[in-house]
Amino acid sequence: MSRNLILGAALSSLVVLAALVSFVWTPYDYAALNIPDKLQPPNAQHWFGTDHFGRDMFSMIMVGARTSIAVALVAVGIGMALGVPLGLAAAARKGSWLDEVIMRGNDLVFAFPSLVIAILITAVFGAGAINAIIAIGIFNIPVFARITRGAALSLWEREFILAARVSGKGAARISAEHILPNVANLLIVQGTIQFSLGILAEAGLSYVGLGAQPPTPSWGRMLADAQTMVSFAPHLALIPGLAIIVTVLGLNLLGDGLRDWLDPRIRVARA
Amino acid sequence: MSLLDIENLSLTIHGTPILKQVSLSIAPGEIVAVTGESGSGKSMTALAVMQLLPNGGQATGAIRLEGHDLLTRPEVDMCALRGAAIGMVFQEPMTALNPVKSIGDQVMETILIHKAMPRPQARERAEEVLTRVGLPPDRFPLTRYPHELSGGQRQRVVIAMAIALRPTLLIADEPTTALDVTTQAQILDLLRGLVSEYGMGLLMITHDLAVVADLADKIVVMRHGEVVEEGVTESLLRNMQHPYTRMLFEASGHKVSLPDTISPRPLLEVTQVVRDYRLPRKGLFDTPGHHRAVDQVSFTLKRGERLGLVGESGCGKSTLTRAILGLEEVQAGDIRLEGEPVFAGHKPNPAVRRKMQVVFQDPYGSFNPRHRVERLITEPFHVLENPPMGAERQDLIAEMLSAVGLSPKDADKYIHEFSGGQRQRIAIARALIIQPELILFDEAVSALDVSVRAQILDLLAELCAAYDLTYLFISHDLSVVRTITDRVMVMQAGKIVEQGETEQVFSDPQHPYTRTLIDAAPVLPDIGSQVA
Amino acid sequence: MLRYALKRLISLMISLAVASVVIFAVIEVAPGDPASFMLGVNAQEDTLAALRAELGLDGSKIQRYFSWVGGMLMGDFGTSYTYRTPVSQMIADRLWVSLPLALYALTLSTLIAFPAGIYAAARRGKPGDLTVMGATQLGIAVPNFWFAMMLVLIFAINLRWFNAGGFAGWDTGFWTGLHSLTLPAIALALPQAAILARVMRSSLLDILGEDFMRTARAKGLTRRQALWRHGVRNALIPVLTIIGLQFSFLLAGSIIIEQVFYLPGLGRLVFQAISARDLIVVESVVMLLVFAVITVNFLVDLAYAAVDPRLRSRT
Repeated sequence: MSRNLILGAALSSLVVLAALVSFVWTPYDYAALNIPDKLQPPNAQHWFGTDHFGRDMFSMIMVGARTSIAVALVAVGIGMALGVPLGLAAAARKGSWLDEVIMRGNDLVFAFPSLVIAILITAVFGAGAINAIIAIGIFNIPVFARITRGAALSLWEREFILAARVSGKGAARISAEHILPNVANLLIVQGTIQFSLGILAEAGLSYVGLGAQPPTPSWGRMLADAQTMVSFAPHLALIPGLAIIVTVLGLNLLGDGLRDWLDPRIRVARA
Repeated sequence: MSLLDIENLSLTIHGTPILKQVSLSIAPGEIVAVTGESGSGKSMTALAVMQLLPNGGQATGAIRLEGHDLLTRPEVDMCALRGAAIGMVFQEPMTALNPVKSIGDQVMETILIHKAMPRPQARERAEEVLTRVGLPPDRFPLTRYPHELSGGQRQRVVIAMAIALRPTLLIADEPTTALDVTTQAQILDLLRGLVSEYGMGLLMITHDLAVVADLADKIVVMRHGEVVEEGVTESLLRNMQHPYTRMLFEASGHKVSLPDTISPRPLLEVTQVVRDYRLPRKGLFDTPGHHRAVDQVSFTLKRGERLGLVGESGCGKSTLTRAILGLEEVQAGDIRLEGEPVFAGHKPNPAVRRKMQVVFQDPYGSFNPRHRVERLITEPFHVLENPPMGAERQDLIAEMLSAVGLSPKDADKYIHEFSGGQRQRIAIARALIIQPELILFDEAVSALDVSVRAQILDLLAELCAAYDLTYLFISHDLSVVRTITDRVMVMQAGKIVEQGETEQVFSDPQHPYTRTLIDAAPVLPDIGSQVA
Repeated sequence: MLRYALKRLISLMISLAVASVVIFAVIEVAPGDPASFMLGVNAQEDTLAALRAELGLDGSKIQRYFSWVGGMLMGDFGTSYTYRTPVSQMIADRLWVSLPLALYALTLSTLIAFPAGIYAAARRGKPGDLTVMGATQLGIAVPNFWFAMMLVLIFAINLRWFNAGGFAGWDTGFWTGLHSLTLPAIALALPQAAILARVMRSSLLDILGEDFMRTARAKGLTRRQALWRHGVRNALIPVLTIIGLQFSFLLAGSIIIEQVFYLPGLGRLVFQAISARDLIVVESVVMLLVFAVITVNFLVDLAYAAVDPRLRSRT
């Protein structure tokens, strides 16, 4: 196992662990206002300091991890659940109208960056974490559809698929039995990368007020709140930012590590 | 004095020994062929001369070009030599050229990079060498891009690049392996002509002994990174010393004897089959053109018969194979197995599927890497209405694995645990397991080394006796088809131009194309078999 | 070539048409009537009807869709519900901030990424490569708006080289305008440059393994000559795709970055419009953004053909 994989897995599990622990324990009540203790820099009582309402930053970061992970994870789930079958179907019916419709649909969705989708949804239904999930999730669909189709297409050319067809197996069965298991590694790696992109997107959306709404803490909104105070309380901006960086870095390293780790075996099989 | 002298060349790559004490020499105007099976180190020898070894390569010994050792030369000197004093031609013409640069630019680059002459003269020289290799600028302007040329034409461009500066040494690494026989014959002629015209030395790397025997002045046989035998072609062929050399020659011209089992009942009847492909439109409002891949093909395959189908790439034999297998529907005509159509109502007919199986060319791409052998070879059970279960199934798996020369215990292994030849055996087991009436072998031995190929051919002959096989053997390799079939069809441009008893067709071809094919194929001299 | 361009152009038109239908349909779902929202609960029915007519809110959905699209084609984006001014005017003003910002960032990103990617690929596995790769790994992980805040903290608040926010306007001079867009552009560009550099590197490394690179070396080109003459142009093909995709990220990103720097761009316009429920503005800005993305992808397709002769003759 590579250094990337170990470091990435360690950082990612650290963040996931913080999110899970926050359900049962945080050092302070993340929502409790404590004006006398406001804007404390990091210290022994408050490891990450306090914000302008005297709330404990460490607790907020832990709960914020929950929001980030939940949004990004569900969004990746949406992308995979819809994108992968679409990609498999498009590849199985390469060149047909179905393929054409799916691919054109993909192109169309690619023309709507998740922020634009979020703007549209918010304009119509109002802001909220669900919007962020839908916006990021929709954008993930073509990502997974495309990567699945691309990998599946090259598999369909392979002789073991022809052999399966000669044995009378249909497209759906071949997709499930032969194609999907052979693209699974690729999807796991891409899933990790989309997960990290989802964390970034969620932070951006909450920062401009299109994501999770108060009182749910989220890293993006903590940064938005910190903006006017950055000159005299830089820790307010530094800490949530570092939390995002650590998470995204961890997931990216994990993705790279997984790719290197899973790939040689694919190559052995192919060589 | 010799032009190139390789003396005790040893090579390790990341510590793994690749070459051991290789020595050979080439005189000006001489053609030296280095031959051997995959893993023999023949290509690495060529790359070592060019000093274009993969990362981690460590060479010791000496490679002297006109007396100067190349191994001790700094990289700058080597850059000055490559392309100017040593030219190189590679195996795969489809990928050896930069797709985004015109052929003229690529040929001129050889000249300009060595600052051999100013641009206008370089252009003239490029036109001159392209003409010499058979691509005159009036028909093949310098502005053409590689994708506009065929494989053989691209190989000519690669040769033009290699000889543009009249190098004293030309290295050709399997230059015709990726080409059809007729193209191969032309390229070999071209190389031979260039050698005598320019007085170059040619270091030819090839696995094909027939090519070697035909072309080379001297032969070097390699195995596992070592030279096992070398000598002047004539005398080496007449008097092979090393058992490996003898084995190689025997395997290259390997013959099997098939049992007689033909019955008069027709099994597969193909009548007037046509398969068209749509071509992309030329203009926006043009009607799309058609390419007729298979054109009015008719033939009958009798039960117990072993029928061959030969032809060059693009002749339509793969399309015909796919149509027979029911993978693609044909536009016109009829394909019937025991009277039943392969396609019924635009859907493959399962009744026919049950009676047909296939073995493909690529031993590496033919299996799902995630399944065990047991699951791989039982896949055809899917097409049966009552597939065998339980002990019956296990017995059948064991029987099939034994029949193809593997152990029943191999059923639990994954495919990557097997060599190419073993994989091809597994592919045959998979085809046999439902006892099909007809098996299609689609270039089934083309990707194998000669010794392995000989073993698989032996296996086929054995299976013919044990299971009364009927098969259609599709191949571009005439010598293989000659020994493994009773009857043969020759296909050209979508049509079957000749068919008949295999020996009859080969000894007395009627159609001019058949004659061209047979003449173009290099033939092993008979000397080897006399010794063995 | 012409056929290829024409085919792409048709596909561009279709994408735009479908996108406009989608956007219109989503906005149509919005509950409430903009006219009554603007005039308050006590408005008279005839005043409401007059306002609806003025805003183009009467008529069937299909009529309204076509008058919206037709208007846009003529440069008329309708009238803002809140400001009662032409939306086209509002957008035009803001576009002069957002578009230069995105282009500035794209330029910076490319200028940083190409040399970094090529440098890293040429020194694969060596310290130079590892440094560049480490930096890009970090660059990808940094949210651009946070990076923007840090830039403000360092270069505006502490060093005072730049203003912390606001836009001087182009009428004060090109360089002043550019100066006030510099920090936002850097904030936008660096994370994208990190991605682009990685793509450039891996694309080049793929190309370095190709047969024709070995052919080039066999002709006597040095490693570096082969890389520049044969590698870079081939490697550009996948890189162009990413540049096309990045433009949409940059546009979206600029909407967020404008919030950090208080820039009067499309982003601020759209957020004001959302809070004022000025849906016609939202609709038009979104359409414009989608138009920009689709157009850039069309240009990328044309660029492909310029780089790759196979495309010119094939499709």
